[in-house]
Amino acid sequence: MNQYDAIVIGAGHNGLTNGAYLAKAGLRVAVLERNPYIGGATVSRELHKGWYYSNCSYVSSLLRPEITRDLELPRHGLQVVPFGGGATFMRNGDHFGNYADHDRHYREIARHSKRDANAYDRYAADTSLQTKLIRPYLMRTPPDPTSLKPRDLRDLMEFAQSFMSLGEEKLLDTIKFWTASVGDYLNEYFETDVIKAHMAGSGIIGTALGVYSPGTAYVLLHHYMGDVDGNVGAWGFARGGMGAIANALSKAFQSFGGDIICDANVDEIIVRNGRAVGVALKDGTEYRAPIVVSNLDPKRTFLDITNPKDLPASVVKKAQNFKIRGSSGKLNIALDGLPVFNGLDPRNRLMAGDLHFSDSLERQERAYDDWKAGTWSKDPYLDMMIPSLTDPTMAPPGKHMMSVFVQYAPPKVEGREWTDEDKDGFEKSVIDQISNYSPNFKDLILHCETRTPREIEAEVGLTEGNIFMGELTFDQLLFNRPFPGYAQYRSPIKGMYMCSSGTHPGGGVMAAPGANAAREILRDLKRPNTVPGGYADD
Amino acid sequence: MSSPTRDTMLLKTPFHSRVEAACALNDWGNWMGYTTPNAYFDVELEYFAVRSTTGVFDLSPMNKYQISGPDAEAYLNRLVTRDVAKIGINRVGYAIWCNDAGQVLDDGTIFRFSDNEFRLCSYQRADDWLAWNSLGFDVTVENVSTDIAALAVQGPTSCTILTLLGCENLNQLKPFGMAHYEFEGRPLMVSRTGFTGDLGYEVWVPPESAEALWDQLFELGRDYLIKPFGSHALELARIEAGFLQANTDFMPAEEVVRVGRTRNPFELGLGWLVDFNKPLFNGRAALAKVKEKGSKYRFVLLDVDGNKPAEHSFIMKNGKVVGTVTSAAWCPTAKANLAYAQLEMPHGVVGDELIAEIYYQRELHWTQLYAPCKVIEAPIFKPARRWQTPAPPH
Repeated sequence: MNQYDAIVIGAGHNGLTNGAYLAKAGLRVAVLERNPYIGGATVSRELHKGWYYSNCSYVSSLLRPEITRDLELPRHGLQVVPFGGGATFMRNGDHFGNYADHDRHYREIARHSKRDANAYDRYAADTSLQTKLIRPYLMRTPPDPTSLKPRDLRDLMEFAQSFMSLGEEKLLDTIKFWTASVGDYLNEYFETDVIKAHMAGSGIIGTALGVYSPGTAYVLLHHYMGDVDGNVGAWGFARGGMGAIANALSKAFQSFGGDIICDANVDEIIVRNGRAVGVALKDGTEYRAPIVVSNLDPKRTFLDITNPKDLPASVVKKAQNFKIRGSSGKLNIALDGLPVFNGLDPRNRLMAGDLHFSDSLERQERAYDDWKAGTWSKDPYLDMMIPSLTDPTMAPPGKHMMSVFVQYAPPKVEGREWTDEDKDGFEKSVIDQISNYSPNFKDLILHCETRTPREIEAEVGLTEGNIFMGELTFDQLLFNRPFPGYAQYRSPIKGMYMCSSGTHPGGGVMAAPGANAAREILRDLKRPNTVPGGYADD
Repeated sequence: MSSPTRDTMLLKTPFHSRVEAACALNDWGNWMGYTTPNAYFDVELEYFAVRSTTGVFDLSPMNKYQISGPDAEAYLNRLVTRDVAKIGINRVGYAIWCNDAGQVLDDGTIFRFSDNEFRLCSYQRADDWLAWNSLGFDVTVENVSTDIAALAVQGPTSCTILTLLGCENLNQLKPFGMAHYEFEGRPLMVSRTGFTGDLGYEVWVPPESAEALWDQLFELGRDYLIKPFGSHALELARIEAGFLQANTDFMPAEEVVRVGRTRNPFELGLGWLVDFNKPLFNGRAALAKVKEKGSKYRFVLLDVDGNKPAEHSFIMKNGKVVGTVTSAAWCPTAKANLAYAQLEMPHGVVGDELIAEIYYQRELHWTQLYAPCKVIEAPIFKPARRWQTPAPPH
């Protein structure tokens, strides 16, 4: 029968993580997935024969090592390989290379500016300080600042203490940091346009804000706080594409006896007497469970699959006003060979890193201006990678797979829906930009999958195509995520929970929301906790 | 080329011109008397080349002894603890050898070319010990260390790359097998062996072929993402794979000054290499006694909580020190914090829960940590491709 102890809606990485920890605690769990395949935005798909695309999320750093180890994901086939470094190509034919080796990095910055090369160490120390403040809270439930419960008070006190212990000057820096724009933050350290532009990219990725918008310094931090094998800020590829993460999580989940049910499109969470009792699919099938966990974003959770009459009106309003603006698109390209870029030896290992073409904050801000005007950027900010230079399983030998994250793309074009013509124009702006720096690029294209916010929303179910399931601005972080009063993974309906990236600590393939939510559910069920604590970050 | 001794300057391997050109970081070390790269371009990425694509390591400095003659097998059977007769032709066997007191001198590999022709590859220089032991045997022992250049070609795409080099049907070669080819008119031998725990091979050629071999490998391997790797990356890979290292995890008995610092095979977890069915081998009588009475120490693998490597840690049980760590690392592919430890008996049975006393320093501040750890039976990293035949393409 379709009776379970818990049902998780959505087989993305957080849904699978949540399911795994509930199943590990002995619950009978089903994860329901709308698509015929699992993974959500953590997926590898063979859309051109022989080429595998990580066609949504494309790099890994935030995935919590505590979860990887605890769920034995390597045993279940997961291997994360760092790529280290990257480059920004400049319009004058030069480039800035970001090397992982400290001495090489120093020499490369010094080639552009000796002062900046010295300032980098100060920048790195200050930014590391901020990551140290936030990292201990990733594997924890945010405290409720309005609660008088001992646990909330204790956590709040600890939170306050870690800030107060900084001392006056660093505390002031911190307060400024959390509200500053990434542009202003970088201006305090560097004088060279291309260096600032290279680093600023992390402050806008996935966010409908520009490099000079307040709050983007935190977004930079969100991209720095992850690690690969203890190298904080490092990023890597999952061997076999991002789907390898979802696949390993699903195997861990199944090893605890969990069921994954694909092609199960949830229509509504069934609520009886103020309690969630199961879900009804669009095809009429019903699954029953006293625990229902939504891994959908907050808008879809409260406006789509929950009947508003079952919710307090204030929560419906909060969901309506939740900020989840689409800002990006993606091109996944099968290439017949390795593109050559002006000024960089194709054998240089920077080619295996993250590549960009916006060589000034000015150009990045102008790209955002286009978004505000309701259109895609004519001179977009690209985060481009060639994972097949690191992972031989992504494309046939000598051929390459290219992943191009594109910022900005509005959820609607000048207020109306995207058309196929718009999509072609968006694709052209990206391909033209790359071609400006790579003479052989266009000739190498064998296949290109272009995804505007329209496709991302329709295929993956991310509202407006927002990759973080809600913007990462301070009004939507920590105890404000997704809404004040509901940041501890519980919904207003008894038995119904949230575990998506729309909850703390937010987007990126982190798996922390799924794990944190499982811990809260097990607490309510008075079951022993199966979720590991975070590693000390000292 | 002269033989290395302790009083010469550091020597250069036959691959040196290529190694030097590839060593972007200019970070060199001394390995067995040779100038060898600690790192070529990035230790972490070099390590991951071994785990995700292909890494190449210059292992020419390894000590190599050609052992031939009618008594070659009998001689080796006297020398090492395992039964050499069980190593087939064109097969390779891992072996240890002991002194008469049953204490381990070194470990290495024995390559069998024919009934009467072997090659012993050792970590320590063993000229004296091998000559001494040959008395009474009709056997020739020749140090061929500088006559053979060798590369370890390790990683998921290694079989594909070597096949392109002309090693036909290499994917059919079983682990610990050897195959013979020709490269530019000279012999080239490939063994499916290595020190990384991954799919991988070691390629053996005359020194005259070395530079051309390197050039062709890197040319043919480019599309398969071939990269060189240095000693630091190798150290990480071998710890993750569970391989012991002489002078690190045990002291070669010949060099030990202090009483009680040598180890017998059972104390290193290598009892499976001791074959008492053989009537005579160095250390047999002593080891038989040990087997009967039990050893003093046990060598174990520990899965340590947290992410701080338990380097040089004391291992405790109920507040009392029961052992020490010899090697430790955070293993990037296994995603485990692994340590090797020598524990006093009876501690260290699989599943035993202990405490590692870890000290680590951040910005001149030392922190002391008591990390729970557990004795595990085998390394956590054990990819299927290491043992698969036919070897997978990537």
